[in-house]
Amino acid sequence: MHNPQLNKDGELTHLLSIEGLPQRILTQILDTAESFMEVSARDVKKVPLLRGKSVFNLFFENSTRTRTTFEIAAKRLSADVINLDINKSSASKGETLLDTIDNLCAMHANLFVVRHASSGAPFLIAEHLQRIGLDDVHVVNAGDGRHAHPTQGLLDMYTIRHYKKDFTQLRVAIVGDILHSRVARSDIHALTTLGVPEVRAIGPETLLPKHLDKLGVHVFHDMEEGLKDCDVVIMLRLQNERMNGALLPSAGEYFRHYGLTPQKLALARLDAIVMHPGPMNRGVEIHSAVADGPQAVILPQVTFGIAVRMAVMSIVAGN
Amino acid sequence: MSPLPNPLPDAEAQCRQLADLIRPYLHHRPALVGIFSGGAWIAERLKELLELPEEIGMIDVSFYRDDFAEKGLRPQVKPTAIPFDVEGRHLILVDDVLYTGRTTRAAINELFDYGRPASIELAVLADRGERELPVAPTYCVWDLALGDSDKLVLARQDDGQLAWRLENA
Repeated sequence: MHNPQLNKDGELTHLLSIEGLPQRILTQILDTAESFMEVSARDVKKVPLLRGKSVFNLFFENSTRTRTTFEIAAKRLSADVINLDINKSSASKGETLLDTIDNLCAMHANLFVVRHASSGAPFLIAEHLQRIGLDDVHVVNAGDGRHAHPTQGLLDMYTIRHYKKDFTQLRVAIVGDILHSRVARSDIHALTTLGVPEVRAIGPETLLPKHLDKLGVHVFHDMEEGLKDCDVVIMLRLQNERMNGALLPSAGEYFRHYGLTPQKLALARLDAIVMHPGPMNRGVEIHSAVADGPQAVILPQVTFGIAVRMAVMSIVAGN
Repeated sequence: MSPLPNPLPDAEAQCRQLADLIRPYLHHRPALVGIFSGGAWIAERLKELLELPEEIGMIDVSFYRDDFAEKGLRPQVKPTAIPFDVEGRHLILVDDVLYTGRTTRAAINELFDYGRPASIELAVLADRGERELPVAPTYCVWDLALGDSDKLVLARQDDGQLAWRLENA
């Protein structure tokens, strides 16, 4: 099958989704990110790789953490970064997505970081660029609808590898609103590709997509049962803004069943780590004592995210 | 320049010769920085032979290479590790083979992002000429000439010994 993320030599030229990427590319990104961690620890936090290149941050949907870390990552690679405030731009005057892209290409854009509420928008852009013959313009998906958030998936993998070293002995639980979560989808594909033997999904029936078992995921509706002996617990945000209709009785009810409290965490392995892609709803999906506790690695995730985004941008821009 | 000896010279003996060349100039308390991977191995040898107390630095120049636009990022990037303060220090950059000088240029650029060294010298086991930049070694054991398609590679064998290998592309 044609994979628009890879060039004819099988190298990564866009990052659109973890799905369909071979293990060697995921490992290459994680290894490269490790070298970029060292760059961020220096006095001069900059390398000249993308000097003279223009990176456009196209965020059609709100984001603070992801947009900021992409911006920092691009600047540490010496790229020029242009943040487009889409709400105030031509898109709100009726310009189509691809017309916007054509105009930015006419300004000699080299890389687009795209977040869009519609699943598939980054694919559409990548295919358009290929169609018009712009092989040296690259797309990185920063979250599209419910579909994928590949750099979050990769930074989660980086975090897991950093603390647990080896993927092939792990039990990983993803907890919460998996139905609406692009992070969960990217995590599941990445964990499976990297050889994690047991991936669990924990949540109420209304917030779990059907057919998770086809991805090799074990489904639990009882959180206490699902957390037992896990090495890694990935909490998801309860996505109020994506919820149409009454999927849940109340936030308080949700916390009682699926909020991560110190008592519930005690059922996982003693050395289990707790992750969260942010922003956190304290008292809804996670108790403050856990979020600020010794097993939480939520802030290191943010730091690793910069190195992972540096790795992704430098790899695609070079291919 | 003499013809290429057969068999190739003993790289371990050349490390000892390189240490002998550097030994008279240790009064500056130089710090060693090896370029991955061959230069890092040689720097480890020099640290032992010269009985230097300090940890050596290791540098991967992938983020500073001038051929990124043509070749992209190399798949195997190692983290650079400089375990001492570069500011004001006398540094000896160590590499296995000096050729075009482009790797040396990239390494010098990278070192300056850690601070302003007092000086940088260059120590290599082999110099195969054909420079494309104004770079010259301070300490060198072996001058040789090779064809464009030949590649001289320093390898570390299973027993940990360093040895030369000639590859033809």
